[in-house]
Amino acid sequence: MKTETPAAVRELTFNQAINEALRLEMRRDPTIVILGEDIAGGAGLAHLGFVDSWGGSLRATKGLITEFGPERVLDTPIAEMGFVGAAVGAAMSGLRPIVEIMFVDLIGCCYDQIINQAAKMHYMMGGQLNLPLVIRTAYGTRGDGKRTYGGGAGAQHSQTLYSVLAHIPGLKVVVPSTAYNAKGLTISAIRDDGPVVILEHKFLGVAAKGHVPEDAYCVPIGRAEIVRPGGDITLCAIGRMTHVCLEAAESLAAEGIDAEIVDVLTLSPLDETTILDSVARTRRLIVVDEDTPVASMARDIAARVAEKAFDDLDAPVKTVTAPDTPVPFAAVLEAHYVPRPSQVISAVHELFGTGD
Amino acid sequence: MPQTTTKALTPGHAEITALSPTREQLLWMYDHMTLIREFEERLKWLVETGVPVGAVHYYTGQEACAVGVCAALEPTDWIASTHRGHGHCIAKGVEVHRMMAELYGKSTGTNRGKGGSMHITDVRVGMLGVNPIVGMGATHAVGAALSAKVRHTSQVAVAFFGEGAASSGALHEAMNLAAIWTLPVVFVCENNRYAQSTPVEYAVAASNISDRAAAYRMPGVTVDGQDVTAVWAAAAAAIGRARSGGGPSLIECKTYRYYGHHQGDDTRRYRTKEEEDAARERDCIKRFREQVLHDGSLEPEDLNAIDKKNKEKIDLAVIFAEQSPLPDPSELYTDVYVTEAR
Repeated sequence: MKTETPAAVRELTFNQAINEALRLEMRRDPTIVILGEDIAGGAGLAHLGFVDSWGGSLRATKGLITEFGPERVLDTPIAEMGFVGAAVGAAMSGLRPIVEIMFVDLIGCCYDQIINQAAKMHYMMGGQLNLPLVIRTAYGTRGDGKRTYGGGAGAQHSQTLYSVLAHIPGLKVVVPSTAYNAKGLTISAIRDDGPVVILEHKFLGVAAKGHVPEDAYCVPIGRAEIVRPGGDITLCAIGRMTHVCLEAAESLAAEGIDAEIVDVLTLSPLDETTILDSVARTRRLIVVDEDTPVASMARDIAARVAEKAFDDLDAPVKTVTAPDTPVPFAAVLEAHYVPRPSQVISAVHELFGTGD
Repeated sequence: MPQTTTKALTPGHAEITALSPTREQLLWMYDHMTLIREFEERLKWLVETGVPVGAVHYYTGQEACAVGVCAALEPTDWIASTHRGHGHCIAKGVEVHRMMAELYGKSTGTNRGKGGSMHITDVRVGMLGVNPIVGMGATHAVGAALSAKVRHTSQVAVAFFGEGAASSGALHEAMNLAAIWTLPVVFVCENNRYAQSTPVEYAVAASNISDRAAAYRMPGVTVDGQDVTAVWAAAAAAIGRARSGGGPSLIECKTYRYYGHHQGDDTRRYRTKEEEDAARERDCIKRFREQVLHDGSLEPEDLNAIDKKNKEKIDLAVIFAEQSPLPDPSELYTDVYVTEAR
């Protein structure tokens, strides 16, 4: 009998995982179309031998036009209001469009289509139509001041604006953190019959590499994940901050503090249960968020826990966030902007009364 | 069948030649113009007697635009509408009793009482929604046209918008997308001269809105929006072009709204009685009656029977709305997300 050898664990980057999700779903469902700026690139230049010249800002759509053609992979002009609107109209009339907004900073150009049109259609039309629309957009700040490409983008190309999306009833907002959950959440978003926004961190694109099964699978929207169990404190993290918290938890473990890390994954609808259950066990909570603090997810989560689990808490809820400033340009300032493991560790020490 | 030639109002544009409307089409046009008029006049009366129907924007005066265009559409085609959308809804086939119930905020309304005048939608008849964020509906029509193209159907989408929306970025983005992708969409601008109180001469840097079609490599024409057969002929040509893969067109209908921007607007703040009286002289329904009776294509009893039927239809619509149940308070929480099974 032949001995079964374990297949080599296949690893993909975050971006490759998203690309695979898009590709598998487009193969499955011919009504899926993708629209966005330079998602293929070099549009209309096939006669000169230029095809698929760009592949999206994060290269997550690379190669799709070769397989699915320009009828389903539509490069757009720089007209977010127009093409997001077209995607809304297409979603109302039989397609399942996926739009890429190059950076979340650009949602100002199409905010109405997201918050007044896509988010509200199903409700204000009395449920008579579905709106299967996916909006993918890149967010985030470099933080370490090291990587050149995509870093140092300044105040209008580095933001983490998800709280202004999660604020809107009717929108689902997801923030993957690993290659595995990026693929699974993307597939779930595509199969959802309502509008879903996926925020993809620019600096997870290549950095977050891990095992990704080849087949299609769903990571459910609306469910947080405990990525590190621990008994002493809950660190509730969003997106790339999950990795910051994992790094902090290593140091904390060395000094005998066992942190539990909850990766929120879906900002709206928020999985309160997983967060509250964790807090009930650890009796302490720090929310770690790359977004600015005012009217933010961090404070929303803190407020919900304060409202619903005050008696479970042994200490006040804390938040570690970016400061209430625009994203600065100079690398030295930028490095101070993004929450770092040392800040998380300090916040934990404060809660345990062992301040540095 | 006789030919009709519609004179374009803009110099330099070709005349539009189309088949004359059939008797059935003429009856359909009169039926729908008068049904819209009756709906809006009754609604105005209801508003003035204190019935709380929310914010409404009367379509009165512009009936020939919606009816002329929709007379050239198939039931499976789509339209996207504006805040002044009751006329478009009725012309596309939305039932008036469900519209009235929606205005009353009743659970039997088109949107189960969760939309109101500014969101009336009925996807079953291809009505993709009244949309009060000015200009946005045009982008949705472009999306519907994209859907038709990708799914290889022969459907056409019409984007109704006003001359106020013609200055919005959404319209220009929509027209450009429709042109570069050769989509089956017809842009119909109802130029009623005022965006709230701001006149077109002030707000639009073009002699005719149809001139802007040239900037997007599509045909543009201006027609008399008070002449339903002129609108119909232009629409039939543009819709035929779209359906056969020829891409988008722009039609500007010169028209006039008889009442204020919304139910609370006193038009005397920005336009004269003389101007309003002159516009009413060119009333689309009055002119239609005179024309068809003069050329003998319809008889007075044809028209009078329609008048009577439509008055009764609106009577019944009001009774239906009044007697319908209010939404259950639990409806507040339903349909926020699409995942709920109906």
